[in-house]
Amino acid sequence: MAKKAVITGINGPVITLKGNTGFKMAEMVYIGKERLVGEVIRLNREMTTIQCFEETTGLRPGEEVESTGDAISVLLGPGILNNIFDGIERPLSEIALRTGSFIGRGVSVDSLDLSKKWQTHITVAAGQKVQGGTVIAEVPETSSITHRSMVPPNLSGTIESVKPDGEYSILEPIATLVQADGTKTELTLAQKWPIRVPRPTEQRYPAAKPLVTGQRILDTLFPLAKGGTAAIPGGFGTGKTMTQHSIAKWSDADIIIYIGCGERGNEMTQVLEEFGELKDPRTGKLLMERTTLIANTSNMPVAAREASIYTGVTLAEYYRDMGYDVAIMADSTSRWAEALRELSGRLEEMPAEEGFPAYLASRLSAFYERAGYMHNLNGTEGSVSIIGAVSPQGGDFSEPVTQNTRRFVRCFWGLDKSLAYARHYPAIHWLTSYSEYLEDLAPWYKNTVSPRFMEDRTQLVSILNTESSLMEIVKLIGSDVLPDDQKLVLEIARVIRLGFLQQNAFHPEDTCVPMEKQFLMMETILYLYERSRELVALGHPMSVLKEDPIFDRVISIKYDVPNKEPERFQEYHDAIDKFYDDVLARN
Amino acid sequence: MSIEYLGLSEINGPMVVLEGVQDASYEEVVEFRGQDGSRKLGRITALTEDKAVIQVFAGTENMSLMNTQTRLTGRPMELGLSAEILGRTFDGIGRPADGLGPINADVMRNINGLPMNPVSREYPRNFIQTGISTIDGLTTLIRGQKLPIFSGNGLPHDKLAAQIVRQASLGGDTNEAFAIVFAAMGVKHDVADFFRRTFEESGVSDHVVTYLNLANDPVAERLITPKVALTAAEYLAFECGMHILVILTDMTSFAEALREVSSSNGEIPSRKGYPGYLYSELATLYERAGILQGKPGSVTQIPILTMPNDDITHPIPDLTGYITEGQIVLERSLYGQSIYPPVSVLPSLSRLMKDGIGEGYTRADHQAVANQLFSSYAKVGDARALASVIGEDELSALDKTYLEFGKAFESRFVGQGDGVNRSILETLDLGWELLRMLPREELDRVDTKLLDEYYKG
Repeated sequence: MAKKAVITGINGPVITLKGNTGFKMAEMVYIGKERLVGEVIRLNREMTTIQCFEETTGLRPGEEVESTGDAISVLLGPGILNNIFDGIERPLSEIALRTGSFIGRGVSVDSLDLSKKWQTHITVAAGQKVQGGTVIAEVPETSSITHRSMVPPNLSGTIESVKPDGEYSILEPIATLVQADGTKTELTLAQKWPIRVPRPTEQRYPAAKPLVTGQRILDTLFPLAKGGTAAIPGGFGTGKTMTQHSIAKWSDADIIIYIGCGERGNEMTQVLEEFGELKDPRTGKLLMERTTLIANTSNMPVAAREASIYTGVTLAEYYRDMGYDVAIMADSTSRWAEALRELSGRLEEMPAEEGFPAYLASRLSAFYERAGYMHNLNGTEGSVSIIGAVSPQGGDFSEPVTQNTRRFVRCFWGLDKSLAYARHYPAIHWLTSYSEYLEDLAPWYKNTVSPRFMEDRTQLVSILNTESSLMEIVKLIGSDVLPDDQKLVLEIARVIRLGFLQQNAFHPEDTCVPMEKQFLMMETILYLYERSRELVALGHPMSVLKEDPIFDRVISIKYDVPNKEPERFQEYHDAIDKFYDDVLARN
Repeated sequence: MSIEYLGLSEINGPMVVLEGVQDASYEEVVEFRGQDGSRKLGRITALTEDKAVIQVFAGTENMSLMNTQTRLTGRPMELGLSAEILGRTFDGIGRPADGLGPINADVMRNINGLPMNPVSREYPRNFIQTGISTIDGLTTLIRGQKLPIFSGNGLPHDKLAAQIVRQASLGGDTNEAFAIVFAAMGVKHDVADFFRRTFEESGVSDHVVTYLNLANDPVAERLITPKVALTAAEYLAFECGMHILVILTDMTSFAEALREVSSSNGEIPSRKGYPGYLYSELATLYERAGILQGKPGSVTQIPILTMPNDDITHPIPDLTGYITEGQIVLERSLYGQSIYPPVSVLPSLSRLMKDGIGEGYTRADHQAVANQLFSSYAKVGDARALASVIGEDELSALDKTYLEFGKAFESRFVGQGDGVNRSILETLDLGWELLRMLPREELDRVDTKLLDEYYKG
């Protein structure tokens, strides 16, 4: 049954077997006496090559490798949320119970708790025709998410019998399906799916709704659509992880899959702790109730790091199929690319740019293309949005991972070192970043927020652009010599930078800002600009205007006006009018 | 059990190839005996059928293809440990080098260690006072953190590390057991000597474990030194319950050694000739810092690395920065102005700082002061750039104020000197004193309440 072969060579995580073993590509195998988990990555008549997802220290040539017949896959079912897994869906808390504070090798644990009984409501009846994706049962997985178990995508037929509502564990049969050819299949709450194969859908929709994150520079300037893809590139210390954390905490996705791919152990611990305490502002439930963490820290085996991205996106697609909006944080895709490079080097493949394998671009595009706003097989709509952090070598955006990522994402949030040095967070630079979703999302903003939204946004961006060209002059000759209207542009740009773009993730009001307040802030700043411009046109110098504290008052709107009291913006409107009258009266 | 093999089939740099091996395992330790009876240790780094590639720790000098006897030990590289190691000095692969005889080992530990389970980690929150304003105030060191010093050749990184050891060890809670694990990789004799003297002078030398691989010691051993040191640190921290500060110097030599061995192995190079697994290799070292739930001890790391040509984008500092929780960057131009410690404030960062400071840890205004100092000092740079173009006289009054602030900040806050040990409150008060040089409306990172409390003085 299970095919077996003998190890002949070991080089780090790469293991070779001699002869035609009859293994299949991408098949999962057990290696050696310790039964380490591995995957077949290359086959030819003389040799089979395997990558091992665990440390290979102590492995010997001559030990046996056993095939499982299945592609490397994940178990999908209730129990995924509010959990933390390694790169191949092994729950880390279970591993901790088995091997203590350090992760041991060859630990065989079930991906999901097989013994737990879930309160199940069956949603199909005997005699009903079903197809791939049809929801067969509903389970309250956490207090905020209902889990919908479905017919696996490749099956269809008629339900022959069902069990009554009640408590079932995830592998207990709850219904019997008869396919057209007469084969019977027992359906359970859980199903398996290979991680490298996208789950099928009916069709893809164009982007139409934004993923609202509560971050001003993202929502207003460079919005990401639900089902869209974004990259956050930045050198170390520029705030990639902080930005990812903010989005994971405050975005209006239903489910968050957070992949810590080759990152720091302490960071994952922080997410675990923090998300276990913070509440989702929309549902009032703990954030962890809608979150799954995949942690393959930088010192965990490199092959599992490569797999972790696929594991994450497969989990996301599964929840999308239930009709949820899922957002994936992949921190960081560069570590994943480096895992590819490391394995490619061990396989002695011909390197392309900077030692990365030539297939880097195609792997990246295949990953990002798994995002999308989809019409699912069962008729529901759901989305997978991917937000990938990129850690460019030396902070240089011209390196291969950043460049190739740029080709496949439509939203680019470039982090800037000099902003980070000045502790301007989020350090997303408004001149290098862009979003191709703007036009797609314009109708949404017009209908949902305000018809003026897009105009205001354009004006904001143009002020910032003018500032940047004026700064070129200021750098050469100082700001004193500028005419007053240009000085005003600099001042307003300062208000925008400090009062709008800068956002304090640790301030209770400022950490997440609703769309309405974002719009009103923008309106207030632009109204201040308009009135000041009138004054300047009447010949009042900037030095007089700046005597009034109104500019600094507008800057601190973000702290002073609570998110729930948008009516208070009227006070600022009046204050700006008063400032206008005062200046006129005094001069 | 132990079969001996006679002869080798290839010797190339620090690597040898042995053919016809039976039952060898990956990363297993082997022992060589030369014709003259000399013994050397090595480690299997690749296995293909009956051919083993072995890295020889002590270098391959004097080995011949003919009469070398090789014995497989059947074990991966292990280190014998007990509390006796405190106060002792070892060579780069953990053998006693101080003539005080062997260690009576309580336990044997695989030097490769195992990754800490993120579920079992405890998020570090405990502030360590180093008495150095730039570190305590702006890039706070937290117990369980890995905070490297990015330096350059000729800069006083050793002096700074020594000052941290001296002042951090003597501060605060003396009830808790504290020890230092010092690992030197490819350092000069006088550097090793400098640290030894510092430990003696500050009265901690009986709490120091030293692993020395000096600049003229074998390269292959250098790859083992940090692993041995961290294994000892983990043992002392998590089994003996001590707070361990690990100083690894110089990580650049470690990475160079890795490149040397990799290229003699004929591996495909990636960036600047370093092997593709440099990141993973560095990560397995740095990630061995932390605190575990339910265990009293902690491992804090201060790796020191000299940036080749002062280039922070070089692969070694670059990859390090992506793994560690911040960095302290030293700057040559500050050092040129005799400012000590020459910490370049803007690129320096501590990622764990935000959760270990403020009310209940240091003082409520800490984060605000730090942010404001960073932001104001960044503006000093702009004013200086402008001054260099149009001349200082032409600057606006505000820009001139910034220039004065910048000067005072560098000479007083940064350049505190070698013998000065400032408490965190002194550091914060000094921060306010400097910020008061600037007009109140320029302090845009501090909220109004704190300004009312502290700006007046």
